[in-house]
Amino acid sequence: MSWTLALPELVLAVAGLLILAVGVFPKRDTFFPASMAVIGALLLTAVLVLGQEEGTAFGGQYVSDSFSSFMKLLTILGGALGLLLALDWNEKEGLDRFEFSVLVLYATLGGMVMVSANDLMATYLGLELLSLPLYVIAAFNRDDARSSEAGLKYFVLGALASGLLLYGASLIYGFAGSTNFDRLAEALDTAQGASPGLVVGIVFVIAALAFKVSAVPFHMWTPDVYEGAPTPVTAFFAMAPKVAAIALLARVLLGPFGDVAAQWQQVMLLVSMGSMLLGAFAAIGQRNIKRLMAYSSIGHVGYALMGVAVASDEGLRGLLVYMAIYIVMNVGTFAVIVAMRRGGRAVEQVDDLAGLGRHDPAMAMWMAVFMFSMAGIPPLAGFFGKLYVFLAAVQGGFWVLATVGVLTSVVSAYYYLRIVKVMYFDQGAGALDRAPASLSVVMAGTGLFNLLFILWPAPMLAAAGAAAAALLT
Amino acid sequence: MITALAFYVFAAVLIASAAMVVTSRNPVHSVLFLILAFFNAAALFLIAGAEFLAMILVIVYVGAVAVLFLFVVMMLDVDFTRMREGFQRYAPAGALVGGILFIELFSLLVWRYFDTGAEEPKAFPAPTNGVNNAEALGRILYTDYVYLFQAAGLVLLVAMIGAIVLTLRERPGTRRQDIAAQIARAGTVNLRSVPSGAGLARIGIERPPAPEEERQAAAGAIAHEGHGGHH
Repeated sequence: MSWTLALPELVLAVAGLLILAVGVFPKRDTFFPASMAVIGALLLTAVLVLGQEEGTAFGGQYVSDSFSSFMKLLTILGGALGLLLALDWNEKEGLDRFEFSVLVLYATLGGMVMVSANDLMATYLGLELLSLPLYVIAAFNRDDARSSEAGLKYFVLGALASGLLLYGASLIYGFAGSTNFDRLAEALDTAQGASPGLVVGIVFVIAALAFKVSAVPFHMWTPDVYEGAPTPVTAFFAMAPKVAAIALLARVLLGPFGDVAAQWQQVMLLVSMGSMLLGAFAAIGQRNIKRLMAYSSIGHVGYALMGVAVASDEGLRGLLVYMAIYIVMNVGTFAVIVAMRRGGRAVEQVDDLAGLGRHDPAMAMWMAVFMFSMAGIPPLAGFFGKLYVFLAAVQGGFWVLATVGVLTSVVSAYYYLRIVKVMYFDQGAGALDRAPASLSVVMAGTGLFNLLFILWPAPMLAAAGAAAAALLT
Repeated sequence: MITALAFYVFAAVLIASAAMVVTSRNPVHSVLFLILAFFNAAALFLIAGAEFLAMILVIVYVGAVAVLFLFVVMMLDVDFTRMREGFQRYAPAGALVGGILFIELFSLLVWRYFDTGAEEPKAFPAPTNGVNNAEALGRILYTDYVYLFQAAGLVLLVAMIGAIVLTLRERPGTRRQDIAAQIARAGTVNLRSVPSGAGLARIGIERPPAPEEERQAAAGAIAHEGHGGHH
């Protein structure tokens, strides 16, 4: 048994313990140094992930391949950037307690455990390790009724999802005789296919994971939680947990249950289509930009799950590219939303952006880039994300899915472009406060990625292709 | 022989205390009888050779759950007479559930008695190589499942951090002992070597004034010099 294979996780867990132990001693709150230490630990972990060997460890409960490395890097990126967005915000809102950064670290660790899970038990523990810190940081602004409500709602519904996952896992164990993904794949590699009990179990697991990625019909918690949680937490919600849960969904469905794809494919088709439709139409009426981003994220999950639903090599590659680009677009957009303050108070209505084009041209330009990219306008990165999943759907013969995807993209372009229109053509209530340097850097970095992706897409496509191939062989 | 005697004693006490949990009027007594029932059940587990389960029962149920019950009963002002009001109305439903459960258990016994071909129940598949079952569990938990075990530990750690973060409040106006500041106090305390058997007044050691003395001093505006331990 080679426990050293899990070195990135071990290092991150021990680093979290150290930061926690050191952080409790000083009298003053140590949010900034603790956050810097967490970001440092995440970077170190990312380096270790890059150097990770392939194989399984701990009796097959842990797996490392290029798929897990790709998704782990995205999860770590989401965690580190989420914390970076929180630096300035938490200080201004009086939430600068060092436990926040430790909780973000453990949530990221939970995501990594999920991505590397090769066993239903590891899946469950990873999911819990990811979810528990999320419940806490959603309610982190505990004197604010909306934040507490968000935390409580997420907690109750998340507990329900955990219950669904465990029930599904117990059914799968009962009907297939193992919780290990490799054993399950062997057990299902027979002529008679899946028994009805097993299919019910798979559907329960899909439901639980669809809840975590907030896909239709398990999306109902998303707008309230996204609106109520502190804004950097919302940004984090839209990144690390989604990447980890989508990675897990792809690994479970295409790995052990790849041989019974016919059984779960129609479920995923409906989930994907429903998410795209709801994301496109429900966001139109939103005036609060955090609620709008919640519906937008539901729509994006729909596009990403299209890659799982087609159950092919190209689909999986499209999914990986989509998630990577989505993370970057999302960080940029949320950097703008976190920077939205007027007179020292955070504002979150779309109309508060009015006149931004005159008062702060740089921020308005980056926001426009992110909105065009989210809508999937050609030269920007978001277009390529959609291109590869649509391409996979067409190649797999899923014409209806691809058509719905294209049409909902057009619909969703309305509310993305409305934000651009508000920024440049509406009369505003006055200038927003100047964005802090850390947020400006994030905006510029992610904005440049969106603009320049077209010039040099090959490395990411190659990495995604290798990762997809690793999972499907 | 002794084992059988111990079994009957523990079982009898268990059943008696379980009955007392339901029937006693005072809820605090109910919880105390519940703790007694847990201990006796743990003793039965020990007799059956399941010492790990016995210890878990004592640690988890007595140590945590029953004490939590006790806290709830004693701290919260629950009106138990009002809770008991619906007893007449709910009694038939409760009796029905209890009756069904009893018939099921009874039929299990009857079925085992008549179905001679049935397998013997495997109460505790004993570990083979002469280790007790706590050790056998430990050997699996800390080797094969160490990854999951540690992950579960981290989940609990995160739950603990979360509970503290969401509930701990620094109250304004609370006083804490600051040992460093106390030690660093200069000039307010002085040490003297005192001859044994000498009275305070005779050797002239400063002492803090009695409360009324102090009040008089303040009223008369007389300057007292050299008062040590002024607070």
